[in-house]
Amino acid sequence: MTGLTKTGAVGEPVPADTEASSFLDIRDLKVHFPTDDGVVKSVDGLSFQLEKGKTLGIVGESGSGKSVTSLAVMGLHTAGQYGKRRRAQLSGEIWLNGQELLSAEPEAVRRLRGREMSMIFQDPLSALHPYYKIGYQIVEAYRVHHDVDKKTARKRAIEMLDRVGIPQPDKRVDDYPHQFSGGMRQRAMIAMALVNNPELLIADEPTTALDVTVQAQILDLIRDLQKEFGSAVIIITHDLGVVAELADDIVVMYGGRCVERGSAEQIFDRPQHPYTWGLLGSMPRIDREATDRLIPVKGSPPSLINVPGGCAFHPRCPYADVPADNASRTVRPELREVGSGGTPANEGVAGGGGHFAACHLRQEDRERIYTEEIAPKL
Amino acid sequence: MPEKKADKATDAGVEKGTDAPADGTSDAGGTKATATIPGARMRKKPVAGTEPLLKVSGLTKHFPIRKGLMQRKVGAVQAVDGIDFEVLPGETLGVVGESGCGKSTMGRLITRLLEPTGGTVEFQGRDITHLSTGQMRPLRRDVQMIFQDPYSSLNPRHTVGTIVGAPFKLQNVRPEGGVKEEVQGILERVGLNPEHYNRYPHEFSGGQRQRIGIARALALQPKLIVADEPVSALDVSIQAQVVNLLDDLQQEFGLTYVIIAHDLSVVRHVSDRIAVMYLGKVVELADRTSLYQEPLHPYTKALMSAVPVPDTKRRQQRERILLKGDVPSPISPPPGCRFHTRCWKATQVCKTKEPPLLELKPGRRTACWHPENAPDQAPDDKA
Amino acid sequence: MFAYLIRRLMAAVVLLFVVSAITYAIFFVLPRLAGSTPDQLAAQYIGKSPDPKTIEAVKQNLGLDDPVYIQYWDFIRGIFAGREFNFGPDPSQCNAPCLGYSFRKHVEVWPEMLDRLPVTASLAIGAAVLWLISGVTTGVISALRPGSFFDRAAMGIALAGVSLPMFFTGTVALALFVYHWEIFPNEYTPLTENPVRWFQGLMLPWFSLAFLYSALYARLTRAGMLETMGEDYIRTARAKGLKEPVVITRHGLRSALTPIVTIFGMDFALLLGGAVITETVFSFNGVGSWAVQSINENDLPPILGVTLFAAFFIVICNLVVDFVYAAIDPRVRVS
Repeated sequence: MTGLTKTGAVGEPVPADTEASSFLDIRDLKVHFPTDDGVVKSVDGLSFQLEKGKTLGIVGESGSGKSVTSLAVMGLHTAGQYGKRRRAQLSGEIWLNGQELLSAEPEAVRRLRGREMSMIFQDPLSALHPYYKIGYQIVEAYRVHHDVDKKTARKRAIEMLDRVGIPQPDKRVDDYPHQFSGGMRQRAMIAMALVNNPELLIADEPTTALDVTVQAQILDLIRDLQKEFGSAVIIITHDLGVVAELADDIVVMYGGRCVERGSAEQIFDRPQHPYTWGLLGSMPRIDREATDRLIPVKGSPPSLINVPGGCAFHPRCPYADVPADNASRTVRPELREVGSGGTPANEGVAGGGGHFAACHLRQEDRERIYTEEIAPKL
Repeated sequence: MPEKKADKATDAGVEKGTDAPADGTSDAGGTKATATIPGARMRKKPVAGTEPLLKVSGLTKHFPIRKGLMQRKVGAVQAVDGIDFEVLPGETLGVVGESGCGKSTMGRLITRLLEPTGGTVEFQGRDITHLSTGQMRPLRRDVQMIFQDPYSSLNPRHTVGTIVGAPFKLQNVRPEGGVKEEVQGILERVGLNPEHYNRYPHEFSGGQRQRIGIARALALQPKLIVADEPVSALDVSIQAQVVNLLDDLQQEFGLTYVIIAHDLSVVRHVSDRIAVMYLGKVVELADRTSLYQEPLHPYTKALMSAVPVPDTKRRQQRERILLKGDVPSPISPPPGCRFHTRCWKATQVCKTKEPPLLELKPGRRTACWHPENAPDQAPDDKA
Repeated sequence: MFAYLIRRLMAAVVLLFVVSAITYAIFFVLPRLAGSTPDQLAAQYIGKSPDPKTIEAVKQNLGLDDPVYIQYWDFIRGIFAGREFNFGPDPSQCNAPCLGYSFRKHVEVWPEMLDRLPVTASLAIGAAVLWLISGVTTGVISALRPGSFFDRAAMGIALAGVSLPMFFTGTVALALFVYHWEIFPNEYTPLTENPVRWFQGLMLPWFSLAFLYSALYARLTRAGMLETMGEDYIRTARAKGLKEPVVITRHGLRSALTPIVTIFGMDFALLLGGAVITETVFSFNGVGSWAVQSINENDLPPILGVTLFAAFFIVICNLVVDFVYAAIDPRVRVS
C-alpha cells in the first residue's frame, strides 16, 4: 500500500456510462498515515455508494475514520501537502459523477472542490477566517469557480445568506464571523458551501458545536436545501439521533471500516452488528420511558496502529465467543448482505440499498440476540 | 454493565464462558462493588420533609463589563439572575439549558468557586454564600466538583496517584493504611487499574481520564458532587460507562448530585428532578417524569422536541417546535419573560412583566404566563 | 475603530511623558539623591578642568539650583518651544525641539542628532526591508515543506544567524569584502550626494544586520505558518477550491504575520534609536555610534537626547503596530 493506485493499473474497467454507476461510488478506500509509531490505518477498506438527492449518514465514534473519509473524498488529505513525510497514503477508488478522483490530477480535483462537491465543518467559528468579512469569504468561494465581477458575486452572496435564513443579509454580509452567533455562522458556512450549487455536500458534524434548538434549525435547513437543490448529502456524526432525522442510508464505522450499512429503517429497526447495538444501548433516549441503566460498550475504541486482529470489535464484543473456531479473533469478517445467504457487499448491486453487516455471528443468532436481548432493553 | 450482560447471557442461554475475564479489562465499567447492587436498581424518591442538603435562594452572579481608559463599568453579563432551588440528600438534580443560560456559572457558585453577587447558598443549613477561601476549606471535603474536559482538568505533570491523593493532603486527612492504599482502592472502585497509580494522565483515554476526575472528587467521600458536563466530551459508548458509574457510586455512597449538562437525554437519564435554565433564570423545575411527559414551560417543550431521536419512524409523526433565532445575549436580556422573543405563545404581558416561578402543579414549578398543560396565568392578555 | 485609535494615541502621549520624566529623573534627580551637589553635577557637564566660572554658568543654564519640577518644566518647554543657553563663545538660542546642549562640544544636541539620523535611518530601513523579505520568505517555504532539505538547511543557517553576534559577522564581512576583495567601500556617502556610493557603502551593513534579524524572523514565521496552516479555516479555504498560493498568502500568511508585526515594530524602533554595534563595527557616524562616543566622553546631554529620541521611536512604532494590528485583525477593533 504505497501512494496512489491508478485505476488503469489494476485493470478495473472504467464504467462506460455514468448512468449505470452511482453518483458517488467509493471502492475499497484506504487512508493510511505513516507515523513514527507505525502506520495509522484511519480508513482501511471502505466502500459505499450514494445517489443524487439522497442523504447518507456516516456514524461512528472518534477515530472511526468517518471524518478522514470525507476529507479523502474532498481531496483534502493531499491538498497543500508537500514533502514526503506528511503525505497520507490513499488507495482505492472514489468515483464522483463518473470521474475517478484518487488518480485524477490534483488541479482537476481542486476545480471540483467547492463547485461539484463542498463541505461544512463542525465548528463554524474556527472554520471561517476571522480576518475576512462573511461576504468576502462567500464571494471568494463563488469567484474561484465563476468568472464574474465582484458586484455580481456579492449579489449572489447576499442571495445565499438570505436563502439560509440570515436576517438583513444585505447588512450582515459585511459582518465579520465573530459578530455572528454560532447558529448564524453555521448558516453562513452552509451558504458558502452551496454558493456554487454543488452536487455533493459533505457535512462533518455540522451541529455538534451548536445548541439543541439551533441544531434543529440547521438540520431543518439542510433538509430543505437538499430538496431544493437535489444534491447528494453525506452527513457525518456521532449522534444516531441526527442521522435518524436526515439520512436515507447509514454507514456505521468502527476502527476504519464499515461494520454495518443499510437504509435508515433497516439500521434502526433491525440492526445487525453488535457495535450498532452497543451504540443504541449506550444512548439515553428521550423518546422512551427512562431505562434504569444504560448498556455501555465495555472497553475503549481500538488503536488504529494496532487494530485488533480478526474482527476489530472483538475485544469489546459480548458475543465474540459465539462464532465457532475462534473466528472473531482470527478472521476479519466481510461485509455481507443480511438475509440473502451472505452476498459479499462488493459484489452486490452498487447502491442497491441492501442491508449489510460485517459480523461472524450467524444470521439466526443475530436475529435471536437482537429480538430477545437487545430490543427489549432499548 | 458487564454484570447485566452476564445476566442477559444466561437468560438467553448463550454460552459465554469467557465473559468474566473480559470484564477485568481496565476500562470495563464493572467492579466488584456493583455486584452487591441488585440488577434492577430502585430509584429512590427523596423523602419529602427532609432537610435540604443545599438550598439556594435568589442566587445572582453578574460579571461586570469594563471599557475604556478608566475601565468604567458599562454593563454586566447577567450570567445567573436570581434563582431558587434546593437539593435533597441522596437525590440528583439535573440542570439543563443552552449555552449562555448560566448553568456552569451556577455550578461554580454553589461550590463557591465563584462568589455570588447576590442571594444565598446554604449547605446543610449553614450559609456559605460569602465564606472566605480559608473558611471554605473544611467544607471542600463535603462538596466536590467534576469538570467537563478530562483533558484539561487534570494536571499533566502529576501522576494519577498524586491527583487522586491531593485532597487527602489538602485536607490533612490520614486514612488508615495510608494514602496510597486508599487511593488505589478508589481507583479500583471507579473502574481503573490500581496498578496505574504511577501513570500520567496522557497515558489514559478520555473515558479513563474522566474516571480519574471522578476518583479525585470521590476521594474524601463528599456529600455533594457537582458535575459540570461530566460526559459531553466522551464518545457515546464511553459516555454510558461513566453515566452508569456515577449511578453506582450514588447508590453505594449515598451521594447527592447536581449534574449540569446541555444534553437533555443524559440529564433525564441521571436525574430525579430537573431544573431548566434559560438566560440566567430557572424557567421550570420538576421531577423528570412529569417534565418529560407534560412540560409546563413552552421552552422546555421546544427544547425536548428539538432533540433528535434515533428512530426513523418518529421522523414523520412527531410534533416539532422550531424556535426562531438564537438565545439572546445575557448582557442585555429581553425585558419581561426572557423567552418571549422566541416564544410562539408570547403576548403583551410577556414583554413587560417577568413571570414568577410558581408551583402550578404539586412539586412542579414554572415561570410562565401561558404555560402548557396548566391553567393560563394571564388568559385575557392579547398578543 | 476610531475610538480605538484615539485611545491608543492618548495612551502613547501619556507614555511619552512618563518616559521623558523617568529619563530626566535618571539624569538629574538620581545623582542628587546619591548625594551630588549642584556644583558637582554641573562639573560633570563640563569635562576636564572645570573652573568655578564655567560651573556657575552651567548651573545657571540648566537651572540646577531650581527645584526639580521647574528644571523638568524648563526641559519639556525646551522641547516644544526651545530655550536659551548662554554659554561658551556665542550665546545661542536652542530651537525647538531642544533636547539639550553639549557644554563640552558647544553644540546643540538636536541638530547634531539630525545630522546623524540619515545614516541610522538608511541602515535601519534598508536592513529591515531585506530581513523582512528574506526572513518571511524563508520561513514560509520552510513551513510549507517541514523536514525537507530546504527547511533543515534554512533553519540551520537561521540558528547560526541568531547565535552569531554582530561584531563577529560584521567584522568578518568587513575583512573579506572591504579589505580583502575590496568590493565595497568602507564609508557612508549621503544619498543626496551619490546614490550609487550610498548604496554600495550600505550593502555590507545591511546584509550583516539582515542576516542576524532574518534568521530570527525566519524561525518566527516558520512557527507561525506551521500553526496557521493547521487551522480549520485553511481547510475551509482549500475546500472552497482556492488555489494553493491563494490559500497560503491570503488565508495563511495574513494570520501568521500578526505576531511578526509586533516584533518588527519593536526591532525597527530599537534600530532607529541607534544601531549601536553595527554603526561601531562599520565606523558609521550614526546616532548609535554618537551615543557610544558620548558615553565614552561622559558627555551627558547627547546621551539624554539619544535616550529620549529612542524612547520616542519605540512609542511611535508601537503605536503604528497597534494601528496595523487593528487593520489586520477586525476582532481587535471591536473589542
